[in-house]
Amino acid sequence: MTKPLVAIRSVSKSFGEFQALKNVSLDVWPGEVMCLIGASGSGKTTLLRCINQLTTIDAGGIWLDGELLGVREQGGRLHRLSEQQIGRQRLKTGMVFQRFNLFPHKTALENITEGPTQVQGRKADEVRAEALELLRRVGLAAKADSYPAQLSGGQQQRVAIARALAMKPMLMLFDEPTSALDPELVGEVLAVMKELAKSGMTMMVVTHELGFAREVADRVVYMDQGAIVEQGRASDVLGAPREERTKAFLSAVI
Amino acid sequence: MKPAPALAEGFPDLSGMRIAREPHWFRWLSAALIVLVLAAIARAFANGQIEWSYVGRFLTVKVILEGIVNTMVMAVLAMMLGIFLGIVVAIMRLSPNPVLKSVAAGYTWLFRGTPLILQLLLWFNLALVFPTIGIPGLWSARAVDVMTPFLAALLGLGINQGAYTSEVMRAGMLSVDVGQYEAAQAIGMGRLRALRRIVLPQAMRVVIPPLGNEFIGMVKATSLASVIQYPELLHNAENIYYANSRVIELLIVAGLWYLLVVSILTPLQMLLERRFARGTLRPAR
Repeated sequence: MTKPLVAIRSVSKSFGEFQALKNVSLDVWPGEVMCLIGASGSGKTTLLRCINQLTTIDAGGIWLDGELLGVREQGGRLHRLSEQQIGRQRLKTGMVFQRFNLFPHKTALENITEGPTQVQGRKADEVRAEALELLRRVGLAAKADSYPAQLSGGQQQRVAIARALAMKPMLMLFDEPTSALDPELVGEVLAVMKELAKSGMTMMVVTHELGFAREVADRVVYMDQGAIVEQGRASDVLGAPREERTKAFLSAVI
Repeated sequence: MKPAPALAEGFPDLSGMRIAREPHWFRWLSAALIVLVLAAIARAFANGQIEWSYVGRFLTVKVILEGIVNTMVMAVLAMMLGIFLGIVVAIMRLSPNPVLKSVAAGYTWLFRGTPLILQLLLWFNLALVFPTIGIPGLWSARAVDVMTPFLAALLGLGINQGAYTSEVMRAGMLSVDVGQYEAAQAIGMGRLRALRRIVLPQAMRVVIPPLGNEFIGMVKATSLASVIQYPELLHNAENIYYANSRVIELLIVAGLWYLLVVSILTPLQMLLERRFARGTLRPAR
């Protein structure tokens, strides 16, 4: 029997008074492409950030590849993991940010090789060859020596995807990857993501691109006020929503 | 209304007309005034009790040249110590550990809160507090032998500089977008590696102008080490005028050397700024 790659159980998170996640539980299966939709403040980005531990959860647990994240159980209590252990757990996930967050002082190629050489300690020439291959895959073979400031938003985001893939993650997390892009640049990034989905990568995508969700997602999860309201096949959730709140959101977005 | 392609009448063609040059009377007048004032000052000094031939003669005398070399050696070493301490303290200050944070804040408070000349005198006179220093059982020495003017000046200037530099560094690190930390963490980097590989190189661009400022300050602050017998430029100039009583002449010699060094440092700083501006200033290819 296959196990979920990500198991989220009763996760809660507050920022001061604001409750960003309320008792959320969810499974993500290997090879699945999941799109998280919902209004801003609904908790979808927070959920994503909890999985790669940029945000620490207040209660509940998240298992990735069978391993409990961020804490270990001992003697009936939970103890926080060290920074090194958390860093090691993070290697299983790749994160793509809304604002790209490329390293501006490094070229496209250096952005991609930084993690494998510095963190994983792999050989420079081997990593370089892989990085060039990744750049080719995202259609930017010619831009290896360009700095981020010399690239368009869409190109930067594609480099960021290559940077995340270079760590050979089991799970790719996309936090509104096209929200900061000019409309004419959205397509090139979505195309790369579609290709990635076809290759069998497990993906969690926070997005407002409902067209992309309809076409690529195996499952769509609609969140509101820190909770999952409705989930299911894309055609069901987007085409024939059951919940009133989902209907209201979809009619407001489209 | 006329059809769109036709343009309305009454707006003459201005192409081919040049923009006239303005006379700028006030600029000429004020420049002339300043030249007059400067000439008056120069005349006053020329007729004053200054033997300019002494200035020329002592400008390149061996003791003065040794002094400027010692000044520069001390300024560079103390600045290096200051930058090292500054980075360490800034990292401590931004760490989540309350112990490190308090130690860093205390260091800045103590060394920024007392005059530099007082700190130099304290280091130099450390032997009055601890006649012998060392590691119990392993090594010990008389403090007077260890605390030479050189070491006292280096510690005094460097540690004081570290307190100021830490604030410059902290500002630089805070100027780097928080998304850069997150991106570094997302590829598995720990805090220190993210600081060293990602944040500090970007912070350097921001901190070089204030650090250049601090270094120029340091070159001049070394003159305070004259009070603890460190043979830097001012100390050596004083030694000469104690012997020949040409006080003003030798102070002018020292002043000219400080001006020369600072004038050379400014273009060097610009070169350094260009080096760290990688990825920000180049035109798109």
